[in-house]
Amino acid sequence: MLGEGILKGLAETARNFAGSFVSKERLTTVQYPEERAPAIEASRVFPFLVYDGPEWEAGLRCVACQICEKECPPKCIYIEKSKDKKPDYVGKLQIYPARFDIDVSVCMSCQICVEVCPFEAIKMDTEFELATDDRFGGLLHDRKSLAKSNEYYHTIHPTEAAEVDARLAEEKAKVEEKARAAAAAAAAKAAEAPKSEAPKTGEGTEAQ
Amino acid sequence: MSELELESWNRPPVVDMDGDLLEVAMGPHHPSTHGVFRMDVALDGEKIVKLKPVFGYLHRNHEKLGEGNSYLASMPYTDRLDYICSMTNNWAYAVAVEKLAGQEVPERAEYVRVIVGELTRVQNHALSVGFLIQDMGASGTPLMYAFKARENILDLFESLSGSRMMCNYFRFGGLRVDPTAEWLDRTRQVVAELPQFVDEFEQLLVSNEILMARTQGVGVLPKELARNAGATGPVLRASGINYDIRKVDHYGIYDRFSFKVPLGEHGDVYDRFMIRLLELRQSIEILEQALKDIPGGPVMDPKAKIRNFRPKAGEAYGRIEAPKGELGFYLISDGGPNPYRYRVRPPSFVNLTTLEDMCLGHNVADVVLILGSIDIVLGEVDR
Amino acid sequence: MKTVEEIKAAILAAVPGAGVTVVQNPGPAAQHSLLLDAAHAVAVAKFLRDDAELNLDFLSNVTGVDWPDKEIAEKVKVTKQVEKEVDGALTTVEETVEETRKHVQPGYLEVVYHLFSMEKKHGPVVLRMRTGNRSDQVTLPSFTPVWRSADFQEREVFDLYGVVFEGHPDLRRILMWDEFKDHPMRKDYVDPDDFEYEPTAHDEVLKRAQAHQEKVAAAMEAGQ
Repeated sequence: MLGEGILKGLAETARNFAGSFVSKERLTTVQYPEERAPAIEASRVFPFLVYDGPEWEAGLRCVACQICEKECPPKCIYIEKSKDKKPDYVGKLQIYPARFDIDVSVCMSCQICVEVCPFEAIKMDTEFELATDDRFGGLLHDRKSLAKSNEYYHTIHPTEAAEVDARLAEEKAKVEEKARAAAAAAAAKAAEAPKSEAPKTGEGTEAQ
Repeated sequence: MSELELESWNRPPVVDMDGDLLEVAMGPHHPSTHGVFRMDVALDGEKIVKLKPVFGYLHRNHEKLGEGNSYLASMPYTDRLDYICSMTNNWAYAVAVEKLAGQEVPERAEYVRVIVGELTRVQNHALSVGFLIQDMGASGTPLMYAFKARENILDLFESLSGSRMMCNYFRFGGLRVDPTAEWLDRTRQVVAELPQFVDEFEQLLVSNEILMARTQGVGVLPKELARNAGATGPVLRASGINYDIRKVDHYGIYDRFSFKVPLGEHGDVYDRFMIRLLELRQSIEILEQALKDIPGGPVMDPKAKIRNFRPKAGEAYGRIEAPKGELGFYLISDGGPNPYRYRVRPPSFVNLTTLEDMCLGHNVADVVLILGSIDIVLGEVDR
Repeated sequence: MKTVEEIKAAILAAVPGAGVTVVQNPGPAAQHSLLLDAAHAVAVAKFLRDDAELNLDFLSNVTGVDWPDKEIAEKVKVTKQVEKEVDGALTTVEETVEETRKHVQPGYLEVVYHLFSMEKKHGPVVLRMRTGNRSDQVTLPSFTPVWRSADFQEREVFDLYGVVFEGHPDLRRILMWDEFKDHPMRKDYVDPDDFEYEPTAHDEVLKRAQAHQEKVAAAMEAGQ
């Protein structure tokens, strides 16, 4: 019969239309912004800097090594090193970035900065509602607006943050182990030194 | 190859001496040109007598950027070439660099590459058919069915690589992230629902009389012209030539999967549309086999370097069967961290060569369909 | 499939007098290529396409490469007559002196073709052609009459590198607009100073942006 193919197609559409009233999986629209689609853990939008502890300036993990600046494909990161140093999570004195700007209008969310950072200092955020009406400076994020706490990192990427914390704790434990071993060796040497000095003073008094 | 067949591209130029021909510029602002693409068309009444494609509106000089960036930094830029199929773009670039540097890829990584590549092919073909029907005037209903299936696949990509479309997932010597067992289970679920989607799609479209009347016999690409003009992918196979790079080059581990390569007979728009649906079904076959056999192990070659990657001096041309055709990368290395020459061989660019031949004698409405059936993405054509 | 040397022998048998040289490709990929001369290129191409055994009917990729002029400095040992003081008297003595000789190796534009066979399912066969130099001798024969797929790709090489293909049916710019002047993919291309504001400019980009801002400020003052 002429038109049979069209009728088959219309039956298909009718089935979907009627079905969207009764079955949840046929109704796939999410009414944004009142509803949100369920967030996916691994998603990445723009980078942010992680800091440990309550204070962002003291706890900032970044040591201004500039590796992310060099590897960034569109060159959206601009870092200026500081002149002084501050202690990092194991207590060693490191320089920190005096200026760390990311131009979010240039950034293409490729995550290469996160991959190459040796200090777990820069991670990907999931915040995407960043529209602003300031065309020239509004999308230039500086150090303060980029710094977010480790607790925030745990809320957006729990599995990743747990792995990073485990790795950092391991590093810290290794450094502390080495420090303890060095201290024990120094203490052993100091314990030997007074024993070798004692006979000398005895001789001196005898000579007198 | 007879001289008579070669005559088709030695046509005398069309000169409008009496001012009878109507010259129309279709695009670049046109909802059906699949991106910013212009066609300068000369019409004799309703029939087309001359068609010159004009593009370059999306030229971002990707090749020169590639010369200024390191090899790894070009990987996110390849996502943006054929912006619908970012995973296969990454794969082609990774294959070319691995050929250049002589790197090996672990077995699990090859399986995941096949899974991700075939998922990309599924969503690209669904999208392409959906847009073709949209151009025919179907006001988006089959397109939205395709988008619904595509959303599931994009959600999988997001949980694997972090981004729906610009995945930046492949690395030289493997992959960036190892998929978890939970991700593989979700993929199996999605793949199990795909045949039902293809059935629904076919029921909606394949025997539709309007579609058949509009697409059968329209935009015929003869076999010898397709071969000589370097058409690849579904466009070539719809004209009847059996050339699928997955079967020819034996790249990756495609030899382990049994799948068929559908061929068309007439080379018209209907054949190109049907070939895409048939290839969709074959991709589902491959996915089911790959998801069953995937082994454990690492996904990254342990000797591969992320930073300071300097392949030895030399050159290499690596290609894969992307959903649109043959996507190839030609790299010349001078031993430094940046390539000396970085060239993308885009399938859509070369497939457009015969657009004029296919459109001569048809109406403007048919031109829209023929362009849609070649399936171009301007990000690739212009780079 | 035949090796590069065998293909060269087959070409020389079919097109006598063709200047074909094998260019070795270092590195693991081992895709060696054949350098053709411009005079016999189209005849060689026709032979490669129509030969029963090779049957290379699919031209996949046409690439342009820019090799700029290179200044090569060599240290050469030369025996020269040198005037020296020997025992208080001025005499001429022969001495071997190291001299640095510089010469300029002229650059050229190169076009690389990758051929495959759809019938026999083999490939790639890589061909190369080089122009005389980069300024006035930039003509090469076009392969479009042999393989239609070279049509748009040769136009792109013309647009971005400046190689003029003789025998191409429609040689005009394809990616840049028609009135554009220079050839962007050449290594010595300087992009125009139409700089946009870039907040995170650094290194040379910062210098150029500052120079541009100064120029714009000066122009605005002069305009006022």
